Amino acid sequence: MAPSRQRKNVLLFSIIIVFTLIVARLFNIQIISKYYRINAENNALKYETLYPARGLILDRNGQILVSNKITYDIMVTPVEVAEFDTLEFCSIFGIDTSFVHSKFREYRKYRSRIGFQTLPFIKQVSGEHYNIFIEQQYKFPGFSGTPRTIRTYPINAGGNLYGYISEVDAAYIKNNPDYKQGDHAGRTGMEMAYEEQLRGEKGYNIYLRDAHNRIKERYEEGEYDKAAVAGKDVTSTIDAILQAYGEELMQNKVGSLVAIEPSTGEILTMVSSPGLETSKLAEINKYYQEIVTDPYKPMFNRAVMSPQPPGSVFKLVNGLIGLQEGVITPATAYSCHGAYTVGNLRVGCHGHPSPLDFRRSIMMSCNTYYCYVFRAILDNPKYEIIRDSFTKWKEYVESFGFGMKLNTDIPSEQAGTMPTAEWYDRLHGKNRWRSLSIISLAIGQGEIGSTPLHLANLAATIANRGWCYTPHLQKEMPDNPIDPRFKERHYTMVDTSWFECVVEGMYLAVNGGPGATGRLASVSGLEICGKTGTAQNPHGNDHSVFICFAPKDDPKIAVAAYIENAGFGSTWACPISALLVEKYLNGEISKERKWLETNMMNGYLLDRVTVSRR
Amino acid sequence: MGRSIYRKLDWTIITCYIVLVLFGWVNIYSSLYQEGAFIFDFSMEYGKQIVWIGSSVVLALLILFALPPKIYAAFAWWLYALMGVLLIAVIFIGANIKGSNSWLQIGSMRVQPAEFSKITTSLALAHLMSSKFDFSFKNRSDALKAFLVLLLPMLTIVLEKETGTALVYLGFLLMFYREGMSGWILIFGLSVIGIFIMTLVFSPYISILIVVGLVSVFVSLVTRKKWVVAVIIPIVVLLGFIPSLVSDIGSVEKPATEIVSMEIDTDDAVDELASIADSNMVSAESESPSKSAVVLRKFFSRFPAEIWLVFALAPLILGFLTKSLVKRQKVLRNAMLSMILGICLVFSVDFLFDNILKDYQKGRIEVLLGIKEDPMGDGYNVHQSMIAIGSGGFFGKGFLRGTQTRFDFVPEQTTDFIFCTIGEEWGFAGSLAVLAVFLVLLIRLINSAEKQRDRFIRIYGYCVASILLMHILINVGMTIGLMPVIGIPLPFVSYGGSSLWGFTILLFIYVRLDLERWR
Repeated sequence: MAPSRQRKNVLLFSIIIVFTLIVARLFNIQIISKYYRINAENNALKYETLYPARGLILDRNGQILVSNKITYDIMVTPVEVAEFDTLEFCSIFGIDTSFVHSKFREYRKYRSRIGFQTLPFIKQVSGEHYNIFIEQQYKFPGFSGTPRTIRTYPINAGGNLYGYISEVDAAYIKNNPDYKQGDHAGRTGMEMAYEEQLRGEKGYNIYLRDAHNRIKERYEEGEYDKAAVAGKDVTSTIDAILQAYGEELMQNKVGSLVAIEPSTGEILTMVSSPGLETSKLAEINKYYQEIVTDPYKPMFNRAVMSPQPPGSVFKLVNGLIGLQEGVITPATAYSCHGAYTVGNLRVGCHGHPSPLDFRRSIMMSCNTYYCYVFRAILDNPKYEIIRDSFTKWKEYVESFGFGMKLNTDIPSEQAGTMPTAEWYDRLHGKNRWRSLSIISLAIGQGEIGSTPLHLANLAATIANRGWCYTPHLQKEMPDNPIDPRFKERHYTMVDTSWFECVVEGMYLAVNGGPGATGRLASVSGLEICGKTGTAQNPHGNDHSVFICFAPKDDPKIAVAAYIENAGFGSTWACPISALLVEKYLNGEISKERKWLETNMMNGYLLDRVTVSRR
Repeated sequence: MGRSIYRKLDWTIITCYIVLVLFGWVNIYSSLYQEGAFIFDFSMEYGKQIVWIGSSVVLALLILFALPPKIYAAFAWWLYALMGVLLIAVIFIGANIKGSNSWLQIGSMRVQPAEFSKITTSLALAHLMSSKFDFSFKNRSDALKAFLVLLLPMLTIVLEKETGTALVYLGFLLMFYREGMSGWILIFGLSVIGIFIMTLVFSPYISILIVVGLVSVFVSLVTRKKWVVAVIIPIVVLLGFIPSLVSDIGSVEKPATEIVSMEIDTDDAVDELASIADSNMVSAESESPSKSAVVLRKFFSRFPAEIWLVFALAPLILGFLTKSLVKRQKVLRNAMLSMILGICLVFSVDFLFDNILKDYQKGRIEVLLGIKEDPMGDGYNVHQSMIAIGSGGFFGKGFLRGTQTRFDFVPEQTTDFIFCTIGEEWGFAGSLAVLAVFLVLLIRLINSAEKQRDRFIRIYGYCVASILLMHILINVGMTIGLMPVIGIPLPFVSYGGSSLWGFTILLFIYVRLDLERWR
């Protein structure tokens, strides 16, 4: 081979080596490595989040309680912000320049973490501000506006039930990884309980952007875009008219008013007064400081969060336990001479005929009678020591739901308080206590604390003659079933047969004529059965308590009213409950009882409350 | 004769040319495509490229049918001289575009003489090397003349700050090799690059070891003393570990001194540090029972490891050099000289790198060698370019569907980085196809040149092939991170009037000269 020919081949060989190197490299970066493909997507795809409309909350009749309206968020992408006229920007939104400066100081501080992200700058800007901004947007590179929906409440009622939504924080995201910064979630009330149904599904539009982060066009003509799915509407069991009426009755009073439909456990009305105005709920951030510093704690849902001694209405429970334990019969009568006295101990009573049988003891709410009953239960020879009889009694009481969470769909629900044998052991010494040591429990005083919802549940249980459904706020709809736990009957440990005579006693308490404690609740034709209570309270005036249901033989509504520091049960809680029942069953208040309605609505009891109590 | 000129034309070359030019235009269009783009929008580069393609076709036809082929040899020197004047002129009167002074502005037209100087240099070299009957690289004056003709335009272009284009002229060395230049010059050149890279990537110490090792192995193989290889390799490997051993001895005492300085800073950590210090004391005692190790370390740390290595090697190399001179052993002498040269080069790398190269050039080389990663700075171009090509996958994203090139992530996407669009939109398959066309063109050119009876035409043919090869290697290599970023176009494919005209003329002069074979 001639040397020149050999050299030609060396050259050809070198060329082929060079090409092979290039092809190998191409093969590596185009076929083997995924790194470049992922980077290309990060480079060029910009996801625009589409927020879904949050589901509505309706009342049991389809009336809208919570719906949406549009406001605008001003967003900022810090890396894109060029110099702009801060003063002009601030004047558009009526904000202070220091706000802008502090925001940008923060962005600089966290610039590496923020990167190319877009963050909310000013939230919930009104439509007018937004329109001015859009016209001038070109002057503020890096800023943009995003419409988003906020909550609006057509009627000002039920503020404590719905709860509020707010932007999720870092802790929330940590526990709920499918939320991202800027998302909103229900944080209390029904918004929280039904977050899954209400939230809907976020969607996104994918855009292609260039190296300067300018949006160029839809990615694949929107083929991979995802539309937002609106949240599901949730129908609540609340009766909007009744709720509003209840709030009207409870205005200027501290306490709760709860109404349940006994046959379903649906909560018709739940008033906690003073409550949260729905207009403040929508912009919770703005009013947050005002709300939390309000001495009456409007955010505090007393109906489920405030355990108080139940007072005389608890006699019904003790009576039922006595009947079930066989220590009394409906015919058992005890005499009362104004007090129950043993040695130094004296439980006072009020003037009433004596002796009283079981039914009339309820009608007239005799303290003495229930001291006897309670002691008979605890000193029952069936049990060797009081510890056992007390524990049995406690089991009975707990079967009515007292001292525990009812497991409703109200997130803030509290269990109330319930003493235990151990607790008394610690207080008095082991087995050094007797029935007399805890005699206050006979009349619903002492160590027991129940929420108004417990009492309403008791009313519903008695109305049903011995069972109840767990109270709940979501109404079952054909397309939106409720949790199965709300369709489970809960029976008490007392036989259903014993309830009839309690009902009769409650009927007498309202309609029994002279001596009946709840006479103000009597409405002709409604057959209201009720029981008053006056809960003593070491901190101030007695609390006014009343539970009732109606009509007697086909109960449609069970009500509990607990009005703090209002005095006798018969003067405030009783008429207010009865008015609510009448409103619900008749739709309006009869002429003869209008005066009562006016009195109740005008009653101003706030000054009776020592606000520093809590 | 007899056959019509159309049958005689080298249609393989012409077809490759047409395919590349058209595919280039398609990709220029695609990389600038926006919705509602109009093909004949002459304000856009794809519109202008139509004009360049049209005028190139006219140029090609002129060369093929109008101009007599004899003029190339006849005017080679004139053209070369004229181009020299132009190249120098643009340094002073040229428009400064993107930091280079290589553009000549005539009205709204801009011409880059450097693109055409490749043609005139090719012609001049071909003429020089063919006109003298006994031209040989063994003849010093002949070789000197050839290198002079090559270096003059190259240096002028470096002065125009178009270093990249100047590098292309190194391609002529391939032609020189074909025409009889010693292959050692190529090997020497590659070795210089190799030493440069090794020194930057590893260390001068390792670099010296490899140089000495390789030369020794080479000598022992040539002198048929194969047993020496078995001795050299273990010695080199052993020596490779010495610096790390030396630094290990040093590391025993080091933490203790750090602790002393830290104790002053923080009071809280004193207890913790004290315990660390204790443990260090224990280990120090157990590992270096005598003070001799510390003394040794102090002694060795006076000079860096590579200096000690040179101290050790110097007597050996000088000894062998003296022996080779006395006994007139040419191989040994050259080997020892190249060792000395190699070692000198290793020590000058840092100096060259820091003082001769500009910052951006240093940055590009550091990124290429993986010494630093800087995807937002010096590495941005290559990083984005590789993302674009890499995201193409096997079949690519499809025509007009590339996101990286179209949306400006890749810089210069119609000129220097046009291969990104090909890689992204046509994938591995498309890239391979383009490379295949280039390969066919190159092989065809070399085979065709080899057939020429006329030395002028053969040399010119090799010039064309060498220039194209350098452009492809540098341009494509740059887009896939095999080469530092050097801004030169991809022949026939990249946008640009000067470059398309230049390559068209370069190629079609050869196609025309090739016809002379049939006479």
